[in-house]
Amino acid sequence: MFRISTIKTSAHTTMFDDFLMRAALGGVGVALAAGPLGCFVVWRRMAYFGDATAHAAILGVALSLALSLPVFVGALIIALIMAGLVLTLTGRGLTEDTLLGVLAHASLAFGLVAVSFVPSARLDLGAYLFGEILAVSKADLGVIWGGALLVIGLLIWRWQKLLSATLSPDLAWASGFNPDREKLVLTLALAIVVAVAIKVVGVLLISAMLIIPAAAARRFAPTPEIMAVLAAVIGGVSALGGLQAAFVFDTPAGPSMVVTAAVIFCFSLILGRKRD
Amino acid sequence: MKLIEADGLSVAYRGHNVLQNVDFAIEAGEIVTVVGPNGSGKSTLMRALIGALRCEGTIRRKSDLRLGYVPQRLMIDAALPMTVNRFLDLPHKSSKAAKTRALKEAGGEHLAKRQMGQLSGGQFQRALLARALLNDPELLILDEPTQGLDQPGSAAFYQQIENIRNRRGCAVLMVSHELHVVMSASDRVICINGHVCCQGRPDVVAQAEEYRALFGTGTKGALALYRHEHSHAHHDRAADVPHLHHKDECTHDHV
Repeated sequence: MFRISTIKTSAHTTMFDDFLMRAALGGVGVALAAGPLGCFVVWRRMAYFGDATAHAAILGVALSLALSLPVFVGALIIALIMAGLVLTLTGRGLTEDTLLGVLAHASLAFGLVAVSFVPSARLDLGAYLFGEILAVSKADLGVIWGGALLVIGLLIWRWQKLLSATLSPDLAWASGFNPDREKLVLTLALAIVVAVAIKVVGVLLISAMLIIPAAAARRFAPTPEIMAVLAAVIGGVSALGGLQAAFVFDTPAGPSMVVTAAVIFCFSLILGRKRD
Repeated sequence: MKLIEADGLSVAYRGHNVLQNVDFAIEAGEIVTVVGPNGSGKSTLMRALIGALRCEGTIRRKSDLRLGYVPQRLMIDAALPMTVNRFLDLPHKSSKAAKTRALKEAGGEHLAKRQMGQLSGGQFQRALLARALLNDPELLILDEPTQGLDQPGSAAFYQQIENIRNRRGCAVLMVSHELHVVMSASDRVICINGHVCCQGRPDVVAQAEEYRALFGTGTKGALALYRHEHSHAHHDRAADVPHLHHKDECTHDHV
Protein backbone atom coordinates (compact mmCIF):
# COMPACT_ATOMS: atom_id res chain seq x y z
CA MET A 1 0.00 0.00 0.00
CA PHE A 2 2.67 2.41 1.09
CA ARG A 3 4.91 1.35 -1.77
CA ILE A 4 2.26 1.79 -4.39
CA SER A 5 1.31 5.23 -3.20
CA THR A 6 4.99 6.25 -3.19
CA ILE A 7 5.46 5.11 -6.74
CA LYS A 8 2.30 6.83 -7.79
CA THR A 9 3.33 10.11 -6.21
CA SER A 10 6.84 10.08 -7.57
CA ALA A 11 5.66 9.20 -11.07
CA HIS A 12 3.13 11.99 -10.90
CA THR A 13 5.60 14.53 -9.57
CA THR A 14 8.24 13.71 -12.19
CA MET A 15 5.88 14.16 -15.07
CA PHE A 16 4.48 17.32 -13.53
CA ASP A 17 7.94 18.78 -12.95
CA ASP A 18 8.88 17.97 -16.44
CA PHE A 19 6.16 19.85 -18.31
CA LEU A 20 6.34 22.79 -15.95
CA MET A 21 10.09 22.82 -16.32
CA ARG A 22 9.74 22.76 -20.11
CA ALA A 23 7.22 25.59 -19.94
CA ALA A 24 9.56 27.63 -17.75
CA LEU A 25 12.53 27.00 -20.02
CA GLY A 26 10.46 27.90 -23.08
CA GLY A 27 9.20 31.12 -21.54
CA VAL A 28 12.65 32.18 -20.35
CA GLY A 29 14.16 31.34 -23.75
CA VAL A 30 11.72 33.60 -25.56
CA ALA A 31 12.12 36.36 -22.98
CA LEU A 32 15.92 36.39 -23.21
CA ALA A 33 15.76 37.14 -26.94
CA ALA A 34 12.63 39.28 -26.90
CA GLY A 35 13.93 41.65 -24.19
CA PRO A 36 17.02 43.00 -25.99
CA LEU A 37 15.33 42.89 -29.41
CA GLY A 38 12.35 44.69 -27.87
CA CYS A 39 14.70 47.51 -26.87
CA PHE A 40 15.36 48.18 -30.55
CA VAL A 41 11.64 47.94 -31.27
CA VAL A 42 11.10 50.65 -28.65
CA TRP A 43 14.08 52.82 -29.65
CA ARG A 44 13.18 52.75 -33.31
CA ARG A 45 9.44 53.01 -32.71
CA MET A 46 8.76 49.77 -34.49
CA ALA A 47 5.92 48.60 -32.23
CA TYR A 48 3.40 48.45 -35.04
CA PHE A 49 5.98 46.80 -37.25
CA GLY A 50 6.31 44.08 -34.63
CA ASP A 51 2.55 43.72 -34.51
CA ALA A 52 2.28 43.38 -38.27
CA THR A 53 5.00 40.75 -38.38
CA ALA A 54 3.51 38.81 -35.48
CA HIS A 55 -0.03 38.91 -36.77
CA ALA A 56 1.07 37.74 -40.19
CA ALA A 57 2.49 34.65 -38.52
CA ILE A 58 -1.02 33.25 -38.03
CA LEU A 59 -1.14 33.03 -41.82
CA GLY A 60 2.10 31.10 -41.58
CA VAL A 61 0.49 28.76 -39.07
CA ALA A 62 -2.32 28.02 -41.53
CA LEU A 63 0.22 27.46 -44.28
CA SER A 64 2.28 25.09 -42.13
CA LEU A 65 -0.71 23.02 -41.14
CA ALA A 66 -2.02 22.83 -44.70
CA LEU A 67 1.38 21.72 -46.01
CA SER A 68 2.26 19.60 -42.96
CA LEU A 69 5.31 21.72 -42.22
CA PRO A 70 6.50 22.55 -38.72
CA VAL A 71 4.59 25.63 -37.49
CA PHE A 72 7.91 27.38 -36.89
CA VAL A 73 8.88 27.14 -40.57
CA GLY A 74 5.65 28.53 -42.00
CA ALA A 75 5.52 31.31 -39.41
CA LEU A 76 9.12 32.31 -40.09
CA ILE A 77 8.58 32.44 -43.85
CA ILE A 78 5.41 34.50 -43.66
CA ALA A 79 6.86 36.80 -41.00
CA LEU A 80 9.84 37.46 -43.26
CA ILE A 81 7.61 38.11 -46.27
CA MET A 82 5.50 40.46 -44.21
CA ALA A 83 8.51 42.36 -42.92
CA GLY A 84 9.86 42.63 -46.46
CA LEU A 85 6.49 43.90 -47.65
CA VAL A 86 6.45 46.62 -45.01
CA LEU A 87 9.99 47.69 -45.84
CA THR A 88 9.21 48.00 -49.56
CA LEU A 89 5.83 49.66 -49.14
CA THR A 90 6.83 52.40 -46.72
CA GLY A 91 7.38 55.80 -48.19
CA ARG A 92 4.88 55.41 -51.01
CA GLY A 93 2.33 58.04 -50.22
CA LEU A 94 0.90 56.51 -47.06
CA THR A 95 2.48 57.24 -43.72
CA GLU A 96 4.23 54.31 -42.16
CA ASP A 97 1.81 54.37 -39.27
CA THR A 98 -1.24 53.99 -41.49
CA LEU A 99 0.39 51.40 -43.70
CA LEU A 100 1.39 49.29 -40.72
CA GLY A 101 -2.07 49.68 -39.25
CA VAL A 102 -3.54 48.30 -42.45
CA LEU A 103 -1.04 45.47 -42.74
CA ALA A 104 -1.09 44.45 -39.08
CA HIS A 105 -4.82 43.96 -38.97
CA ALA A 106 -5.30 42.76 -42.52
CA SER A 107 -2.70 40.06 -42.01
CA LEU A 108 -4.41 38.92 -38.82
CA ALA A 109 -7.77 38.77 -40.60
CA PHE A 110 -6.29 36.95 -43.58
CA GLY A 111 -4.62 34.52 -41.20
CA LEU A 112 -7.84 33.82 -39.31
CA VAL A 113 -9.72 33.24 -42.55
CA ALA A 114 -6.95 30.99 -43.85
CA VAL A 115 -6.94 29.00 -40.62
CA SER A 116 -10.67 28.32 -41.01
CA PHE A 117 -9.86 26.24 -44.09
CA VAL A 118 -7.57 23.99 -42.07
CA PRO A 119 -9.74 21.86 -39.78
CA SER A 120 -6.96 20.84 -37.40
CA ALA A 121 -5.96 24.45 -36.79
CA ARG A 122 -9.55 25.51 -36.37
CA LEU A 123 -9.79 23.25 -33.37
CA ASP A 124 -7.08 24.91 -31.36
CA LEU A 125 -6.98 28.39 -32.81
CA GLY A 126 -6.67 29.74 -29.28
CA ALA A 127 -3.35 27.96 -28.90
CA TYR A 128 -1.88 29.93 -31.78
CA LEU A 129 -3.44 33.22 -30.76
CA PHE A 130 -2.53 33.08 -27.08
CA GLY A 131 0.13 30.40 -26.92
CA GLU A 132 0.15 27.01 -25.29
CA ILE A 133 3.20 27.07 -23.14
CA LEU A 134 2.20 24.10 -21.01
CA ALA A 135 2.31 21.94 -24.15
CA VAL A 136 5.88 22.87 -25.07
CA SER A 137 7.68 19.70 -26.15
CA LYS A 138 11.36 18.91 -26.05
CA ALA A 139 11.53 19.55 -29.80
CA ASP A 140 9.81 22.92 -29.26
CA LEU A 141 12.41 23.76 -26.63
CA GLY A 142 15.14 23.03 -29.14
CA VAL A 143 13.53 25.39 -31.66
CA ILE A 144 12.89 28.12 -29.07
CA TRP A 145 16.41 28.07 -27.62
CA GLY A 146 18.01 27.67 -31.02
CA GLY A 147 16.12 30.70 -32.30
CA ALA A 148 16.70 32.70 -29.13
CA LEU A 149 20.45 32.07 -29.12
CA LEU A 150 20.61 32.92 -32.82
CA VAL A 151 18.87 36.25 -32.19
CA ILE A 152 21.04 37.06 -29.18
CA GLY A 153 24.15 36.18 -31.17
CA LEU A 154 22.99 38.35 -34.06
CA LEU A 155 22.37 41.30 -31.72
CA ILE A 156 25.74 40.96 -29.99
CA TRP A 157 27.57 40.62 -33.30
CA ARG A 158 25.98 43.71 -34.84
CA TRP A 159 25.48 45.67 -31.61
CA GLN A 160 27.65 48.71 -32.29
CA LYS A 161 26.36 49.09 -35.84
CA LEU A 162 22.75 48.48 -34.87
CA LEU A 163 23.01 51.15 -32.21
CA SER A 164 24.72 53.66 -34.51
CA ALA A 165 22.16 53.10 -37.26
CA THR A 166 19.37 53.48 -34.71
CA LEU A 167 20.73 56.85 -33.58
CA SER A 168 21.09 58.21 -37.09
CA PRO A 169 21.34 56.53 -40.49
CA ASP A 170 23.62 59.37 -41.62
CA LEU A 171 26.10 58.64 -38.83
CA ALA A 172 26.21 55.09 -40.14
CA TRP A 173 26.82 56.19 -43.72
CA ALA A 174 29.54 58.60 -42.64
CA SER A 175 31.23 55.79 -40.74
CA GLY A 176 31.22 53.72 -43.89
CA PHE A 177 28.45 51.21 -43.35
CA ASN A 178 24.94 50.82 -44.70
CA PRO A 179 22.20 51.37 -42.08
CA ASP A 180 19.67 49.54 -44.27
CA ARG A 181 21.62 46.35 -43.70
CA GLU A 182 21.22 46.81 -39.95
CA LYS A 183 17.50 47.28 -40.46
CA LEU A 184 17.44 43.94 -42.28
CA VAL A 185 19.27 42.31 -39.38
CA LEU A 186 16.61 43.56 -36.98
CA THR A 187 13.84 42.43 -39.32
CA LEU A 188 15.32 38.96 -39.52
CA ALA A 189 15.70 38.82 -35.73
CA LEU A 190 12.11 39.93 -35.32
CA ALA A 191 10.82 37.23 -37.66
CA ILE A 192 12.79 34.59 -35.74
CA VAL A 193 11.48 35.75 -32.36
CA VAL A 194 7.92 35.79 -33.68
CA ALA A 195 8.28 32.30 -35.09
CA VAL A 196 9.65 30.79 -31.87
CA ALA A 197 7.34 32.73 -29.56
CA ILE A 198 4.06 31.52 -31.08
CA LYS A 199 4.06 28.41 -28.94
CA VAL A 200 4.79 30.39 -25.79
CA VAL A 201 2.64 33.53 -25.92
CA GLY A 202 0.81 33.26 -29.27
CA VAL A 203 0.76 35.78 -32.11
CA LEU A 204 -1.42 38.34 -30.33
CA LEU A 205 0.86 38.87 -27.36
CA ILE A 206 4.33 38.59 -28.91
CA SER A 207 4.55 42.36 -29.24
CA ALA A 208 3.84 42.63 -25.54
CA MET A 209 6.84 40.46 -24.68
CA LEU A 210 8.96 42.66 -26.93
CA ILE A 211 7.83 46.04 -25.70
CA ILE A 212 6.76 45.78 -22.06
CA PRO A 213 10.02 44.41 -20.57
CA ALA A 214 12.01 47.00 -22.57
CA ALA A 215 9.72 49.79 -21.42
CA ALA A 216 9.98 48.60 -17.81
CA ALA A 217 13.79 48.52 -18.06
CA ARG A 218 14.06 52.08 -19.37
CA ARG A 219 13.73 53.85 -16.05
CA PHE A 220 16.56 51.91 -14.47
CA ALA A 221 19.03 52.00 -17.34
CA PRO A 222 21.70 54.65 -17.91
CA THR A 223 23.07 52.98 -21.05
CA PRO A 224 21.59 50.92 -23.90
CA GLU A 225 23.48 47.81 -22.80
CA ILE A 226 22.10 47.91 -19.28
CA MET A 227 18.63 48.44 -20.69
CA ALA A 228 18.96 45.40 -22.96
CA VAL A 229 20.18 43.15 -20.15
CA LEU A 230 17.51 44.43 -17.76
CA ALA A 231 14.81 43.87 -20.39
CA ALA A 232 15.95 40.27 -20.74
CA VAL A 233 15.89 39.81 -16.95
CA ILE A 234 12.47 41.45 -16.57
CA GLY A 235 11.16 39.31 -19.43
CA GLY A 236 12.52 36.18 -17.77
CA VAL A 237 11.03 37.10 -14.39
CA SER A 238 7.70 37.83 -16.10
CA ALA A 239 7.74 34.44 -17.80
CA LEU A 240 8.43 32.58 -14.56
CA GLY A 241 6.10 34.76 -12.48
CA GLY A 242 3.33 34.46 -15.03
CA LEU A 243 3.70 30.71 -15.15
CA GLN A 244 3.53 30.53 -11.38
CA ALA A 245 0.46 32.77 -11.34
CA ALA A 246 -1.19 30.68 -14.06
CA PHE A 247 -0.62 27.59 -11.94
CA VAL A 248 -1.89 29.16 -8.71
CA PHE A 249 -4.90 31.02 -10.11
CA ASP A 250 -5.64 28.60 -12.94
CA THR A 251 -5.36 31.33 -15.57
CA PRO A 252 -4.04 31.05 -19.15
CA ALA A 253 -0.23 31.03 -19.04
CA GLY A 254 0.68 33.31 -21.97
CA PRO A 255 -1.57 36.20 -20.92
CA SER A 256 -0.50 35.73 -17.28
CA MET A 257 3.12 36.27 -18.33
CA VAL A 258 2.18 39.50 -20.09
CA VAL A 259 0.13 40.62 -17.07
CA THR A 260 3.18 40.01 -14.86
CA ALA A 261 5.34 42.08 -17.21
CA ALA A 262 2.76 44.86 -17.17
CA VAL A 263 2.70 44.85 -13.37
CA ILE A 264 6.51 45.11 -13.31
CA PHE A 265 6.24 48.01 -15.77
CA CYS A 266 3.83 49.80 -13.40
CA PHE A 267 6.25 49.30 -10.51
CA SER A 268 9.06 50.67 -12.67
CA LEU A 269 7.06 53.85 -13.13
CA ILE A 270 6.77 54.25 -9.38
CA LEU A 271 10.22 53.05 -8.35
CA GLY A 272 12.39 54.13 -11.23
CA ARG A 273 14.03 57.49 -11.05
CA LYS A 274 13.31 59.43 -14.16
CA ARG A 275 16.74 60.36 -15.37
CA ASP A 276 15.86 62.92 -17.96
CA MET B 1 45.71 67.07 -52.23
CA LYS B 2 41.98 66.72 -52.77
CA LEU B 3 40.15 64.84 -50.05
CA ILE B 4 36.78 64.61 -51.76
CA GLU B 5 35.98 65.59 -55.28
CA ALA B 6 32.57 65.55 -56.93
CA ASP B 7 32.00 65.98 -60.64
CA GLY B 8 28.64 66.70 -62.19
CA LEU B 9 26.83 65.69 -59.03
CA SER B 10 23.04 65.56 -59.42
CA VAL B 11 20.55 64.38 -56.83
CA ALA B 12 16.85 63.93 -57.47
CA TYR B 13 14.31 63.42 -54.73
CA ARG B 14 10.82 62.32 -55.71
CA GLY B 15 11.31 63.51 -59.27
CA HIS B 16 12.51 66.89 -58.10
CA ASN B 17 16.07 67.89 -58.82
CA VAL B 18 17.59 69.01 -55.55
CA LEU B 19 21.13 69.31 -56.86
CA GLN B 20 22.12 69.70 -60.46
CA ASN B 21 25.52 69.28 -61.95
CA VAL B 22 27.52 70.36 -58.92
CA ASP B 23 31.30 70.30 -59.08
CA PHE B 24 32.95 70.34 -55.72
CA ALA B 25 36.32 69.67 -54.21
CA ILE B 26 38.00 70.26 -50.89
CA GLU B 27 41.72 70.30 -50.25
CA ALA B 28 43.49 69.05 -47.16
CA GLY B 29 43.45 71.60 -44.37
CA GLU B 30 40.93 73.88 -46.02
CA ILE B 31 37.87 75.39 -44.31
CA VAL B 32 35.00 75.59 -46.77
CA THR B 33 31.58 76.93 -45.91
CA VAL B 34 28.53 76.16 -47.98
CA VAL B 35 25.78 78.75 -47.79
CA GLY B 36 22.43 78.97 -49.49
CA PRO B 37 18.76 79.57 -48.81
CA ASN B 38 16.48 76.97 -47.25
CA GLY B 39 15.88 74.06 -49.58
CA SER B 40 18.87 74.95 -51.71
CA GLY B 41 20.39 71.50 -51.32
CA LYS B 42 23.11 72.28 -48.76
CA SER B 43 22.35 69.29 -46.56
CA THR B 44 21.74 67.15 -49.62
CA LEU B 45 25.24 67.94 -50.81
CA MET B 46 26.68 66.91 -47.42
CA ARG B 47 24.67 63.69 -47.37
CA ALA B 48 25.73 62.88 -50.93
CA LEU B 49 29.37 63.41 -49.97
CA ILE B 50 29.18 61.03 -47.01
CA GLY B 51 27.59 58.41 -49.27
CA ALA B 52 24.07 58.46 -47.85
CA LEU B 53 22.31 59.30 -51.11
CA ARG B 54 21.97 57.79 -54.50
CA CYS B 55 23.23 60.35 -56.97
CA GLU B 56 24.40 60.84 -60.50
CA GLY B 57 27.89 62.01 -61.28
CA THR B 58 31.07 60.88 -59.66
CA ILE B 59 32.37 61.28 -56.14
CA ARG B 60 36.01 60.47 -55.60
CA ARG B 61 37.47 60.18 -52.16
CA LYS B 62 41.06 59.98 -51.10
CA SER B 63 41.55 56.32 -50.27
CA ASP B 64 40.88 55.50 -46.61
CA LEU B 65 39.70 59.02 -45.97
CA ARG B 66 39.03 59.51 -42.28
CA LEU B 67 35.77 61.37 -42.06
CA GLY B 68 34.24 63.06 -39.03
CA TYR B 69 30.59 63.89 -39.47
CA VAL B 70 28.42 66.15 -37.33
CA PRO B 71 24.82 65.78 -38.51
CA GLN B 72 22.35 68.62 -38.66
CA ARG B 73 19.94 66.98 -36.32
CA LEU B 74 20.08 63.95 -34.16
CA MET B 75 16.85 62.85 -32.59
CA ILE B 76 17.56 60.52 -29.71
CA ASP B 77 14.38 58.76 -28.72
CA ALA B 78 13.49 59.37 -25.08
CA ALA B 79 13.35 55.60 -24.64
CA LEU B 80 17.02 55.25 -25.55
CA PRO B 81 19.31 55.86 -22.58
CA MET B 82 22.63 57.19 -23.80
CA THR B 83 25.38 58.83 -21.83
CA VAL B 84 27.80 61.09 -23.66
CA ASN B 85 30.58 58.64 -22.87
CA ARG B 86 28.65 55.78 -24.44
CA PHE B 87 27.75 57.90 -27.44
CA LEU B 88 31.42 58.64 -28.08
CA ASP B 89 32.00 54.89 -28.44
CA LEU B 90 29.77 54.68 -31.52
CA PRO B 91 30.43 53.08 -33.87
CA HIS B 92 34.01 52.41 -32.75
CA LYS B 93 35.14 52.12 -29.17
CA SER B 94 37.82 54.50 -27.99
CA SER B 95 39.97 54.57 -24.87
CA LYS B 96 38.79 56.62 -21.93
CA ALA B 97 41.74 58.95 -22.31
CA ALA B 98 40.97 59.56 -25.97
CA LYS B 99 37.35 60.32 -25.14
CA THR B 100 38.32 62.76 -22.42
CA ARG B 101 40.72 64.47 -24.83
CA ALA B 102 38.13 64.73 -27.58
CA LEU B 103 35.53 66.14 -25.21
CA LYS B 104 38.02 68.69 -23.94
CA GLU B 105 38.94 69.71 -27.45
CA ALA B 106 35.27 70.12 -28.33
CA GLY B 107 34.72 72.18 -25.20
CA GLY B 108 32.59 69.67 -23.34
CA GLU B 109 34.97 68.17 -20.78
CA HIS B 110 32.39 68.04 -18.00
CA LEU B 111 29.75 66.28 -20.10
CA ALA B 112 31.05 62.70 -20.11
CA LYS B 113 28.59 61.24 -17.64
CA ARG B 114 25.53 63.25 -18.67
CA GLN B 115 22.62 61.78 -20.58
CA MET B 116 22.46 62.99 -24.17
CA GLY B 117 18.78 63.79 -23.74
CA GLN B 118 19.55 66.23 -20.92
CA LEU B 119 22.04 68.35 -22.80
CA SER B 120 21.35 71.84 -24.02
CA GLY B 121 21.64 72.56 -27.74
CA GLY B 122 25.20 73.81 -27.41
CA GLN B 123 26.32 70.94 -25.21
CA PHE B 124 24.74 68.46 -27.59
CA GLN B 125 26.66 69.94 -30.49
CA ARG B 126 29.87 69.64 -28.51
CA ALA B 127 29.19 65.97 -27.83
CA LEU B 128 28.57 65.42 -31.55
CA LEU B 129 31.77 67.26 -32.38
CA ALA B 130 33.79 65.26 -29.85
CA ARG B 131 32.52 62.03 -31.39
CA ALA B 132 33.54 63.21 -34.85
CA LEU B 133 37.02 64.11 -33.56
CA LEU B 134 37.65 60.66 -32.11
CA ASN B 135 38.12 59.34 -35.62
CA ASP B 136 41.13 61.66 -35.99
CA PRO B 137 39.45 63.04 -39.11
CA GLU B 138 41.23 64.37 -42.15
CA LEU B 139 37.93 65.95 -43.09
CA LEU B 140 35.37 67.24 -40.65
CA ILE B 141 31.89 67.74 -42.10
CA LEU B 142 29.44 69.82 -40.08
CA ASP B 143 25.88 70.30 -41.24
CA GLU B 144 24.49 73.52 -39.73
CA PRO B 145 26.33 72.87 -36.48
CA THR B 146 25.04 75.97 -34.76
CA GLN B 147 21.37 75.49 -35.39
CA GLY B 148 19.57 76.47 -32.23
CA LEU B 149 22.49 78.38 -30.79
CA ASP B 150 22.33 82.12 -30.21
CA GLN B 151 24.73 84.38 -32.02
CA PRO B 152 27.50 84.54 -29.38
CA GLY B 153 27.18 80.78 -29.01
CA SER B 154 27.56 80.33 -32.75
CA ALA B 155 30.56 82.61 -32.89
CA ALA B 156 32.22 80.68 -30.06
CA PHE B 157 31.50 77.39 -31.79
CA TYR B 158 33.02 78.54 -35.07
CA GLN B 159 36.04 79.86 -33.19
CA GLN B 160 36.42 76.40 -31.71
CA ILE B 161 36.21 74.82 -35.16
CA GLU B 162 38.92 77.12 -36.42
CA ASN B 163 41.12 76.27 -33.43
CA ILE B 164 40.62 72.59 -34.07
CA ARG B 165 41.60 73.02 -37.70
CA ASN B 166 44.69 75.01 -36.76
CA ARG B 167 45.73 72.42 -34.22
CA ARG B 168 44.99 69.30 -36.24
CA GLY B 169 45.35 70.55 -39.76
CA CYS B 170 42.18 68.76 -40.80
CA ALA B 171 39.95 70.11 -43.53
CA VAL B 172 36.56 71.42 -42.47
CA LEU B 173 33.45 71.51 -44.60
CA MET B 174 30.44 73.13 -43.04
CA VAL B 175 26.98 74.24 -43.94
CA SER B 176 25.63 77.42 -42.55
CA HIS B 177 23.10 80.09 -43.17
CA GLU B 178 24.91 82.49 -40.87
CA LEU B 179 27.29 83.76 -43.48
CA HIS B 180 28.33 86.82 -41.54
CA VAL B 181 29.44 84.70 -38.58
CA VAL B 182 31.19 82.05 -40.60
CA MET B 183 32.98 84.29 -43.05
CA SER B 184 36.04 85.11 -41.01
CA ALA B 185 36.83 81.49 -40.28
CA SER B 186 36.45 80.22 -43.84
CA ASP B 187 39.08 79.84 -46.53
CA ARG B 188 36.42 79.55 -49.17
CA VAL B 189 32.70 80.14 -49.34
CA ILE B 190 30.46 78.29 -51.76
CA CYS B 191 27.00 79.58 -52.39
CA ILE B 192 24.61 76.98 -53.74
CA ASN B 193 21.02 77.04 -54.80
CA GLY B 194 20.45 73.70 -56.48
CA HIS B 195 23.67 74.40 -58.31
CA VAL B 196 26.84 76.26 -57.44
CA CYS B 197 26.01 79.96 -57.75
CA CYS B 198 29.36 81.34 -56.84
CA GLN B 199 32.35 80.70 -54.67
CA GLY B 200 35.42 82.47 -53.55
CA ARG B 201 37.68 83.55 -50.74
CA PRO B 202 35.71 85.31 -48.06
CA ASP B 203 38.03 88.32 -47.93
CA VAL B 204 37.50 88.89 -51.63
CA VAL B 205 33.80 88.53 -51.21
CA ALA B 206 33.76 90.54 -48.01
CA GLN B 207 35.52 93.51 -49.57
CA ALA B 208 33.01 93.69 -52.35
CA GLU B 209 30.44 96.40 -51.93
CA GLU B 210 27.69 93.95 -52.81
CA TYR B 211 28.74 91.79 -49.94
CA ARG B 212 28.70 94.68 -47.47
CA ALA B 213 25.29 95.66 -48.62
CA LEU B 214 23.97 92.14 -48.41
CA PHE B 215 25.69 90.43 -45.55
CA GLY B 216 26.82 93.31 -43.39
CA THR B 217 24.37 92.72 -40.58
CA GLY B 218 22.29 89.91 -39.22
CA THR B 219 18.84 90.08 -40.73
CA LYS B 220 20.02 91.59 -43.96
CA GLY B 221 22.15 88.53 -44.48
CA ALA B 222 19.17 86.24 -44.24
CA LEU B 223 17.16 88.52 -46.48
CA ALA B 224 19.92 88.57 -49.01
CA LEU B 225 19.99 84.83 -49.24
CA TYR B 226 16.34 84.83 -50.09
CA ARG B 227 16.82 87.53 -52.63
CA HIS B 228 19.58 85.48 -54.08
CA GLU B 229 17.19 82.61 -54.50
CA HIS B 230 14.77 84.64 -56.53
CA SER B 231 17.23 86.47 -58.66
CA HIS B 232 18.36 83.77 -60.93
CA ALA B 233 17.82 85.59 -64.14
CA HIS B 234 21.50 86.22 -64.25
CA HIS B 235 21.59 88.19 -67.49
CA ASP B 236 21.47 91.41 -65.47
CA ARG B 237 24.44 90.38 -63.42
CA ALA B 238 26.26 93.70 -63.63
CA ALA B 239 23.09 95.69 -63.33
CA ASP B 240 21.27 97.38 -60.50
CA VAL B 241 20.33 94.40 -58.35
CA PRO B 242 22.88 93.98 -55.60
CA HIS B 243 24.24 90.50 -55.83
CA LEU B 244 26.78 88.35 -54.10
CA HIS B 245 28.23 87.17 -57.36
CA HIS B 246 31.70 88.39 -57.70
CA LYS B 247 32.71 88.44 -61.31
CA ASP B 248 35.82 86.32 -60.97
CA GLU B 249 34.27 83.87 -58.60
CA CYS B 250 31.32 82.64 -60.58
CA THR B 251 31.81 79.13 -61.78
CA HIS B 252 28.65 78.18 -63.53
CA ASP B 253 26.89 79.20 -66.68
CA HIS B 254 24.51 81.96 -66.13
CA VAL B 255 21.39 81.47 -68.15
